[in-house]
Amino acid sequence: MDEESARGAAVARAPAAAVSLRATTVAFRLADGATYTAVEDASLAVADGEFVAIVGPTGCGKSTLLNVAAGLLAPCAGGVAIFGEPLPGLNRAAGYLFQAEALFPWKTAIENVAIGLEIDGAPPAKARARAAEWLTRVGLAGFGERYPHMLSGGQRKRVGLAQVLIRDPKILLMDEPFGPLDAQTRQIMGNLLLDLWSADRKAVLFVTHDLEEAIALSDRVVIMSAGPAARIIGDWKVDIGRPRDIAEVKLERAFRELHRDIWQKLKDEVLKGYAQTGGG
Amino acid sequence: MSRARLLFLQALVAVVAIAIWHIGTSVPLFGVKLLPPFFFSTPYDVAARVVKWFVEGSIWKHLWITLIEAMLAFVIGSLGGVTIGFWFARKPLVAAVFDPYVKMINALPRVVLAPIFALWLGLGIWSKVALGVTLVFFIVFFNVYQGIKEVSPTILSNARMLGMNERQLMRHVYWPSALSWMFSSLHTSVGFAVVGAVVGEYLGSAAGLGYVIQQAEGVFDVAGVFAGMFVLAAFVIVIDTLVTAVEKRLLVWRPLAAETRT
Ligand SMILES: Nc1ncnc2c1ncn2[C@@H]1O[C@H](COP(=O)(O)OP(=O)(O)O)[C@@H](O)[C@H]1O
Ligand SMILES: [Mg+2]
Repeated sequence: MDEESARGAAVARAPAAAVSLRATTVAFRLADGATYTAVEDASLAVADGEFVAIVGPTGCGKSTLLNVAAGLLAPCAGGVAIFGEPLPGLNRAAGYLFQAEALFPWKTAIENVAIGLEIDGAPPAKARARAAEWLTRVGLAGFGERYPHMLSGGQRKRVGLAQVLIRDPKILLMDEPFGPLDAQTRQIMGNLLLDLWSADRKAVLFVTHDLEEAIALSDRVVIMSAGPAARIIGDWKVDIGRPRDIAEVKLERAFRELHRDIWQKLKDEVLKGYAQTGGG
Repeated sequence: MSRARLLFLQALVAVVAIAIWHIGTSVPLFGVKLLPPFFFSTPYDVAARVVKWFVEGSIWKHLWITLIEAMLAFVIGSLGGVTIGFWFARKPLVAAVFDPYVKMINALPRVVLAPIFALWLGLGIWSKVALGVTLVFFIVFFNVYQGIKEVSPTILSNARMLGMNERQLMRHVYWPSALSWMFSSLHTSVGFAVVGAVVGEYLGSAAGLGYVIQQAEGVFDVAGVFAGMFVLAAFVIVIDTLVTAVEKRLLVWRPLAAETRT
């Protein structure tokens, strides 16, 4: 009781975090009637303008946590607050870049980007012009008339990024956005993301299974344990200056030391995760 | 394989088949013809009959009637299938309640309905249209239903996160998905519209390709039956080519089989 009120007071004093998960627990009902607790008692706050990466072994519940922050999934215990307000349904302040393919396959690249504005009633011609600007910004000028299946995986992710960013969300949720891409493309996409982000520092919650990527991009790295009942088991500040270049930052001493520290802790969890998923 | 080569081989199949037919009906083997002309007619007779129909112009009327019936069946069946498919997919309770009945009606062989439709709607075109509708409706219905049910959950979540309301979801997500499923079954549903029309005519009418074939059969005019079948086959090929052209336009956004194979 005392603790609750103390925490409440603390929240009231500090500027409200963009995203704050308080002791969230998420459980799924399985087909056989059993319940599977994916995430337990996870607390996490992302300040406005902060870039936070979540790292954890496959299947630990990273996407689940992001879905909770997006309001797509209701936690069975704990609470979610967005800029200090409890989240009633979908998170209207957030843009979400999904792990799986999420572009509308029946729309061209430019239509996929423009739709974000048309939904809010922007005139089609204006939405299209803005979409063209965004395509240029993500390096896809001239690809507007292609359908998603005519684009490479990296190009599709760029369209996805433009589709989300054109709405100018205050919060950006990204679920292993560069996961399926090759190493070079990941680097290029990482730099592009930092470039776009530095223009108007949104709060970012970035999920990845790649610790190097997490450190290179973010202000803070949060580590999750292997599931079931995954918890947040570590929280590191990344004290590396910006602007950064993904490739160069990896050569810095601070980067390597932080990487070693975090990896110490993460290694055991990754092995546990592998044991549970059968190495897959 | 080059296009010319493919066309050549396709033509070769026709030539060989007609040659076998010709030899079987005209060259006696040990004193008997393998394919007696009374039962199999001859390529020449059949060709002559087809030419005669077109020269005299008597066949146009029948083609026109069959075309009208098939088109009406296709349009009405598709509209019904899309409407009910959407309704069922968006209202799971309705779908659950009607599920056994839909299955029951769909399992019914449509031929048994033909006399009933003739009784209700007379021997004109509408009894044939009704028969075609019962065939087209179910194909379109099942595809539209599936198309809405099978929208990727990620795409749906994305649409909702982008701020779409129910109406916009309908327009930008469910509708295109349902249409793509419907168009992918376009060949089947158009084909069944023709089948419905021809079977209906065959079972009782005064015009149409089915009527022509039925009339010829009635007097053991095998050349007439075969000529009717050839005209019907050519008619179906022409329609199918048109459908392919329409499909190409409508489904540009879908990866072609050839592209995904690379
Ligand atoms: N809808 C669901 N029903 C049952 N189990 C689920 C569901 N979604 C996720 N899970 C389980 O929850 C765990 C976490 O999933 P997820 O958040 O997707 O992991 P990841 O960290 O790889 O993104 C996994 O073990 C997964 O099997
Ligand atoms: Mg995931």
